[in-house]
Amino acid sequence: MASLGELERAVMDLLWAGQEAATANTLRDRLAQTSSGQGGAAAHEGKELAVTTVLTVLSRLEKKGLVERERGTRPHRYQAVSSREEHTAELMHEVLGSAPDREAVLARFIGSVSEGEAETLRKLLGHL
Amino acid sequence: MFWASYLLAVLAIVLAWPVPILLSRAQWPARSPFTAMLLWQAIALAGGLSMIGAMLVYGLEPIGDNLIAGLRALAAMVLFNAPTTALGFWHIFALSAAALLTAHLVFTLLLTYYKIERQRRRHRELLALLASPSGQDAATLVISHDSPVAYCLPGGARSVTVLSDGLMAALEPAELRAVLIHENAHLSQRHHLLLWAFAAWRQALPWLPTTRLAQESVNSLIEMLADDVALKSESKATLIKAIAIVASGSAQGTGSELAPTASTAALAGLDPGNGVLASDSARTTLRGSAGCCRRSPSCRQRCAAWS
Repeated sequence: MASLGELERAVMDLLWAGQEAATANTLRDRLAQTSSGQGGAAAHEGKELAVTTVLTVLSRLEKKGLVERERGTRPHRYQAVSSREEHTAELMHEVLGSAPDREAVLARFIGSVSEGEAETLRKLLGHL
Repeated sequence: MFWASYLLAVLAIVLAWPVPILLSRAQWPARSPFTAMLLWQAIALAGGLSMIGAMLVYGLEPIGDNLIAGLRALAAMVLFNAPTTALGFWHIFALSAAALLTAHLVFTLLLTYYKIERQRRRHRELLALLASPSGQDAATLVISHDSPVAYCLPGGARSVTVLSDGLMAALEPAELRAVLIHENAHLSQRHHLLLWAFAAWRQALPWLPTTRLAQESVNSLIEMLADDVALKSESKATLIKAIAIVASGSAQGTGSELAPTASTAALAGLDPGNGVLASDSARTTLRGSAGCCRRSPSCRQRCAAWS
């Protein structure tokens, strides 16, 4: 049995790849397809992946604010809150926003680079 | 006791103002970042203790010959209703201020920890979905992003270093090694604890010049310390180029026009004419155009979470 973490990842991959909202049943079928399609039973060794397991994974993802469900329909249809790129951008924004002031740190090397190293750097400048 | 409280007050003022200003202007910390780091920690710790100590010692002066006797007498008053007639208004005021300041510092430290921890947990959750392990080791993750980005996410046994696709494509193997050693040095030297403590110190007393100067210096010093570790196994030229590429990436990501100019200026500081680094002019350019992060308060806050 795959860990919940792996399943979360697999479910998010499916939701990010798909255009529309999907039900837990559809997701389970697609998960079964992808794992057999890749020739490996990595996701669920031989055992059928239960819809309840998919629902557990979906509710965990919902709690994390990554997935939302359409409440009007039954069975519920799930979709990703933001795209993969938006989430990546969110992370990068957090990291880059707090990036240290590297220029000031770089400044301490200026004047302390040897002649040979300066030569190397000058060559590299052409490629930047 | 009476004179001790004045001496402590003088010490607190000296450590809050002239000492940090002198240290932040000094040139030598760039050559010995480790000593400078120790000094900043000593200044912060001694500064905080002397502030609290001055008020405590002044307040306890009428009820004890030394700190221990004074605290015992105070405990008797607070816990067992001993008569408080020996204490005047200003003594009680000073004691209350000392207690409030202590509580404020401890509370801010805990609150900052909680905020950082919450942000890291969220970051880790998203990384679990977005990043894939790099070929080499499990603690290095690769995230799909065009800008050259490298950072580490501390978390005990779950600490990871994250590299972007863009960085892997932009760097030569030796430069990538330098970046990895640099990030791992942050983790193994526990730099996140320093960032946390100094972020909390600043959060608690934002109007005190020493807290801002200390946090800014510590942010630079940890980078220097990590660079020094990388320099043990990679050449200076390799490291400088890696830093310049990563810095240009941060600038693209935040949409700032400043940083690429600055890193280009750093490299332009290499004077092709006579092969000598035009150090002075380049240094001024660099100082002048130092990145946006230093100026934005909200961003400084977030510095605590990463390194």
